[in-house]
Amino acid sequence: MPARSIVAIVGPNGSGKSTLLRLIGGLLTPDAGEIRIDGRPVEGADARIGFCFQEPRLLPWRDVLDNVAFPLELAGVPRPERVARARESIALVGLGGFERARPHQLSGGMRQRAAVARALVRGPSVLLLDEPFSALDALTRERLDLELQRLWQETGTTIVLVTHDIAEATFVADKVVVLSPRPGHVVAEVPVDVPRPRDISMSTAAAFSEVAEAVRAHLAATDDADAPPRAVA
Amino acid sequence: MKRLQAVLPIAAAAVLFVVVWKLIVVVGNYPVFILPAPEVVASRFVRAWADGIMTPHTITTLSEVLIGFGVGAALALVVGYLLARSRLAERLLSPYLVAAQATPILALAPLIALWFGTGLTGKVLICALIVFFPVAVSTMVGIRSVDRGLLELGRSLRATRWQIMAKLEISAALPQILGGMRVGVTLAVIGAIVGEWAGADSGLGVLINLARGSLFDIPLMFATLLTIALIGVSLYLVVVLIERRLVGAR
Repeated sequence: MPARSIVAIVGPNGSGKSTLLRLIGGLLTPDAGEIRIDGRPVEGADARIGFCFQEPRLLPWRDVLDNVAFPLELAGVPRPERVARARESIALVGLGGFERARPHQLSGGMRQRAAVARALVRGPSVLLLDEPFSALDALTRERLDLELQRLWQETGTTIVLVTHDIAEATFVADKVVVLSPRPGHVVAEVPVDVPRPRDISMSTAAAFSEVAEAVRAHLAATDDADAPPRAVA
Repeated sequence: MKRLQAVLPIAAAAVLFVVVWKLIVVVGNYPVFILPAPEVVASRFVRAWADGIMTPHTITTLSEVLIGFGVGAALALVVGYLLARSRLAERLLSPYLVAAQATPILALAPLIALWFGTGLTGKVLICALIVFFPVAVSTMVGIRSVDRGLLELGRSLRATRWQIMAKLEISAALPQILGGMRVGVTLAVIGAIVGEWAGADSGLGVLINLARGSLFDIPLMFATLLTIALIGVSLYLVVVLIERRLVGAR
């Protein structure tokens, strides 16, 4: 994966998308092979990586500011510095003004923004997103996909996005990697040659639909025998 | 206005309680040594505090309760955590834990008095013993039900074992732990009184025995009961207030 790019990983359930992401993030150890960032191997959880899970996983007893500052707190950064950096990160994801709100006072989309802010607070060179917007409604998801592009432009981190939404994958990514299930392996890498910045009005553009078509075809080809047998009338 | 609405039913219930009590005394025409009227108990309560009979006994009982609760709850936190996180600890400890809980404290109290004498130590032990079980179990349940996702988050952020425990697990389990402490703190008061009955030189349990026996001052006995109840209620309220502060805004 080239640095400073956005790569989307799509695949059916059981193709190991989340496992792959956890390997990159150092949450799981590979049986064979090695994960490297800028030539240096990843061994265990790594400060160069920001991880964003499917659920926001905010600590309900802390407000947004203390949640976002949490990674710095664990790393022993002194309070004034971590507050300043957390504020910066919160502003970056567009949550300015909600520093003192508790998670239960926020909408689903805002909680996920806070989770992204937390993942960015250590200034990671790689941001890993595990279906981060899949639990949100379509409108919110679209808006956050746009925001993701903006974040990427402002921070310059490499982003790896796991999703099962083909439209989301093609809209956000420079390259879509298609995985097949059992055993999971890479079936195809489909480049998305659409210039940035992209906006929602372009999402129906021909270039996108071509890529989506190609991805869908690759996914269909991975279909194994686990489709349910058709009922006999 | 809201405050008044909250306080009003409580005050009404208290008034009703006193009125019914007074009615029973009047209608049944009970002598003072069976059931003294509420105003008799009230004036004896005030006098007992004014002339200084109540104070030393209350101090004794309160220190037994507080020290016993502190020791018992602290140990229970450690053991509860171990029970939740180590299968070996659970297998080794849980039979003894349940057995200790199933043995009535009333039966153990004379033995403890025999071993540790009539001083503070025995009562602290009884209080600690009685507080231990509810706090240990609630800690275990609380720690076990911590969201796995939060633990994975901790690992993804390179949190040390210690940080995961202090900043994630304990905080997440706090509502359950404090629930166990609510139960524990009222039990601790019972423990202290039981311990004093089994043998002591001072304490509210001793005062009850004195009032019933050599002093034969039944209103004083009721006044002592009132003091014990007030201690229990106040300690319970303290735990509830701590709970509101720590977990109220989740």
